Amino acid sequence: MWQRKVLAFLGAAFVAGTWFAYRGADTGGSADAQVRRGMDVWQANNCVACHQLYGLGGYMGPDLTDVITMRGDAHVRAFVQHGTQRMPAHPLTEAELDDLVAFLAWVDASGQGRVPDSAVHWTGTFILEP
Amino acid sequence: MNLAHRWHVRLALLLLLATLLFGLLAGLAYMYPAIGQAIAFKKLRPAHVSAALFWIITGASAAVVHHRTEAFRLPRPTRSHAAFVAIWAGSIVAILVAYALNRFGGREYWEFPPLLGVPVLVAWLLFMVDHFRAWRHRPADPPLYVWMWTTGVVFFLITFLEQNLWQIPWFRNTYMRELTVQWKSNGAMVGAWNQMIYGSALYLMTRIGGDDGIARGPKAFAFWFLGLSNLMFNWGHHIYSAPTAGWIRHTAYAISMAEWVLLIDIIRGFKAKLAENRRLGHLTTYRFLVTAELWVFLNLALALLMSFPFLNRYTHGTHVTVAHAMGTTVGINTMILLGSLSWMLRIDQAGAARRWMERGRLLAVYSLLVFWVALIVAGLIKGWRMTALGITDHTRLMAPVDPVLQVFVVAGFGVAAGLAMAALPLLAASFKPLPAVVPVPERPAATTVERP
Repeated sequence: MWQRKVLAFLGAAFVAGTWFAYRGADTGGSADAQVRRGMDVWQANNCVACHQLYGLGGYMGPDLTDVITMRGDAHVRAFVQHGTQRMPAHPLTEAELDDLVAFLAWVDASGQGRVPDSAVHWTGTFILEP
Repeated sequence: MNLAHRWHVRLALLLLLATLLFGLLAGLAYMYPAIGQAIAFKKLRPAHVSAALFWIITGASAAVVHHRTEAFRLPRPTRSHAAFVAIWAGSIVAILVAYALNRFGGREYWEFPPLLGVPVLVAWLLFMVDHFRAWRHRPADPPLYVWMWTTGVVFFLITFLEQNLWQIPWFRNTYMRELTVQWKSNGAMVGAWNQMIYGSALYLMTRIGGDDGIARGPKAFAFWFLGLSNLMFNWGHHIYSAPTAGWIRHTAYAISMAEWVLLIDIIRGFKAKLAENRRLGHLTTYRFLVTAELWVFLNLALALLMSFPFLNRYTHGTHVTVAHAMGTTVGINTMILLGSLSWMLRIDQAGAARRWMERGRLLAVYSLLVFWVALIVAGLIKGWRMTALGITDHTRLMAPVDPVLQVFVVAGFGVAAGLAMAALPLLAASFKPLPAVVPVPERPAATTVERP
């Protein structure tokens, strides 16, 4: 039955695609222990509910992919500790804040949140090399 | 329907109502910070998103159980199904309690603590046991919807496991791998429940129309394989703007563009569908299915436009993405599921309930159109200011977007009211005995549909 053959082919392609997609995703530096702790702080406080990284997350607050480059870590610390009209203050310890900033710096170093103008072809399309 | 299946249906409908409530509160908290101070947005959003995801998966699984029991002429669902309903319901309650207690897992769409994924997984394995027991009784040459149900059931397990891969340290070694896990698994999971839901829609079309041909033959299967390829490989368009391997983007782009074929087929089929709609105009299930078809058209058109890199650059990370998600979950998935539940609960034989559902459907559809357009407009304004004007200050960036989002919140009240008007009669019907048969109008060959 031809349907089974196509299904088997798609299944095999899916497995192969999965393997290559994960294996090839090596852009940016490896996460050290502090970055991993910062990732845990990010997740435990559900930052993704309001903020995006590379466009993934909620839209209440800004995308934070490049926040360390654009604003600096002091800006991040102030916002987290004191909050804004919309963002509640998060009473993190100094160590947790350091970890969170290390995590955001790691994300920042992995690429740019928006496509840079220099990568855009005159047709409007773009190619980003890892 | 046995007691476990009735509770399966009730759970789905209660989750829909919870989705609407949390969604309205989250919308208000988004627009008015004072409300957000009282109930934190970081709790409301995950409660809304989780309730919505579980409404769709619970509704889809309830539809699969009912329709396959009809299609295979099986006895009632088994004890493993009852155990699935109990554990699944318990897991969802625990997840909502975790949010209330500020306990999060912090992953997009799956924001609950990872430990609560264990009972969700156990429940789904029990559901699979029940499904594959039924699978043994499938017809010799099963129609397409049987394949679609089974693919959806299996792929939900695969994608659920995949989105938990982040718990293995290697997957968090680089941020691109971490991002890939989230987009790939979540994108494919949407495809998994779409297989269950679209399979149910196809099944209902064959039953209502009395024609099994649309679920058989090379064309039907070719379109299915295209949809399946989309499930497996189209996730890449979400990370066009991230520095990932070129083949991921090129594959996603090729798959997206192949979907124009689907769009053209939908346009070609519209005239016949509209004629059929007039003929079967008073059949509640059919009306919901045709409404879903309209939203398939609108959302597919939007998705195709978003897949062009030169447009994706402006729409990625904006409310256009939300418009696509809302159009899909409300316009397509929810409409098909409400149609499916109407069929299961034989709502066409309950006059008042049917009228309420029809009013609710119309209110929901027109409100959703405003809601959807407002999100697209909001996203385009944000995308233009962010990408073309290079504005990085968030308050300045969002200043002209906020009035449009107020329209979105008002329209959200209309969507919620309409869907509640459709869901409440179904919930009431789930507590009553079912009539014996459902009449199908003006089709001499199938004037009544026997129900097991």
